[in-house]
Amino acid sequence: MSEHTSNDVQALIGMGEDGRQSPFGMSYGKLMLWIFLFTDALTFGSFLISLGVARFSYGGAWPIGEETFDALPFIEGTYPLAYVALMTFILIISSVTMVLAVEAGHRMDKKGVIKWLLLTIVGGLFFLGSQAWEWSHFIHGTDFGRVDLRDGSSAIVKGEFGEIQYFEVITAGSMYEGVENITNENISATDKNLMHAFQHAAVNRKLSGNAGNLLITLSDGTEAKVHKAADQDMQLIVKVPGRDYPVSSAHDESTWLSGEHVEILYYEALMKGNVTYGANMSENEYGPQIYSNYFFFVTGFHGFHVTLGIMINIIIFINVLAGTYERRGHYEMVEKGGLYWHFVDLVWVFVFTFFYLI
Amino acid sequence: MEERDDIIEYSLYYHHSEEEGKKKRRKIWQVTLLLSVITLIEVLCGAFIKQGSPAWEVVKVSFIIMTVIKAYYIVYSFMHMGDENRLFKWMIIGIYIIFIIYMIWLIGYEGIELFMRMYNAPIF
Repeated sequence: MSEHTSNDVQALIGMGEDGRQSPFGMSYGKLMLWIFLFTDALTFGSFLISLGVARFSYGGAWPIGEETFDALPFIEGTYPLAYVALMTFILIISSVTMVLAVEAGHRMDKKGVIKWLLLTIVGGLFFLGSQAWEWSHFIHGTDFGRVDLRDGSSAIVKGEFGEIQYFEVITAGSMYEGVENITNENISATDKNLMHAFQHAAVNRKLSGNAGNLLITLSDGTEAKVHKAADQDMQLIVKVPGRDYPVSSAHDESTWLSGEHVEILYYEALMKGNVTYGANMSENEYGPQIYSNYFFFVTGFHGFHVTLGIMINIIIFINVLAGTYERRGHYEMVEKGGLYWHFVDLVWVFVFTFFYLI
Repeated sequence: MEERDDIIEYSLYYHHSEEEGKKKRRKIWQVTLLLSVITLIEVLCGAFIKQGSPAWEVVKVSFIIMTVIKAYYIVYSFMHMGDENRLFKWMIIGIYIIFIIYMIWLIGYEGIELFMRMYNAPIF
């Protein structure tokens, strides 16, 4: 390359003719961080595009955000998307406190940086905690689970699960000798609680009878009668079609299965053990297996980024307290930490749309 | 410490006064309000307009548009991309957009090809 062109290129990217400036007149740290974020954004972009392909190939069987994510901690009932909205809001707010910390840094306002950076870290921890609850809920699943009906169709269940009051012992096994009624207070550690014992029995074909008269066999061989309140407003949303029932439409409730025969269908499937509770890497209540794998992978990879972001912010926070940047004469490190933190927020904006909304 | 002349410090130029700070903070809160309102609209649409209903196609497209608007404000305002060198801006964002559009096209193309092979039927 001749001397002339070399100078032109340098001028174009803002290096100056003496070549003694970094490209674009930016600090190398920020420049490199942007290039890292560019590549990381390509990774997330690929995830979401391949999610789109998987989703498209399953048609109506793909779970719908507002049907799958409609629970709140500590509160009964269904609140579609409310929890995810809360998580999104927490992340937006922590992004704002971060940008305020950066702004305070530009004024060399150490107290301001400390205040806003601390709030950012707290916001990040709140987000991680929310994600932990969401994962836990996703893994444990709903009270009803998903059932495979006798015609070969598969359906998720909406409605209010009647509370299990107690198991009335008929034949006591080794763990419940002399016990009349098994309640949440005197249940064995193996069975954990009534709900756990019930779902465990359902999956292992240890339930018999019908909706009004359920018999359960516990892990130690105890046979008992299940006393349980009646389920309310049970509706089946068919996700995979069978011989009798076509796929239900999300917006048209008349295509959902409801009425008295639904309860019979549901408990018949439960007696046969054709029920799935929650999700993991090999079983999935909500829809096609690949759906839960994508859920764990995409939100997990994002959560991993949030975790790293919190750790980076904590290191920067300690340095701010120690006065490292005050002595250095600028708070550019806060700005760089901020860039990464905003990127995490940016990714969540896209995950929110493409995983939960669409 | 000995003064080094091979390290050029740019960050020092980024300092601003209390006056400018006030203006910047106002802008930050405006963007916050905008992001929150867009998120609220998205959540309400998602919760109340069901998939497959007549309005859904419009809602779906508007979700993507709203997401891009949010992304624009995060990158340009929060990440200060708006204040960076113009060429650098296009080097990062322009190339990213080209890559993503290429990837979407590529995967759509391959997807159609696979569909035709698996079901032995032309999609168009």
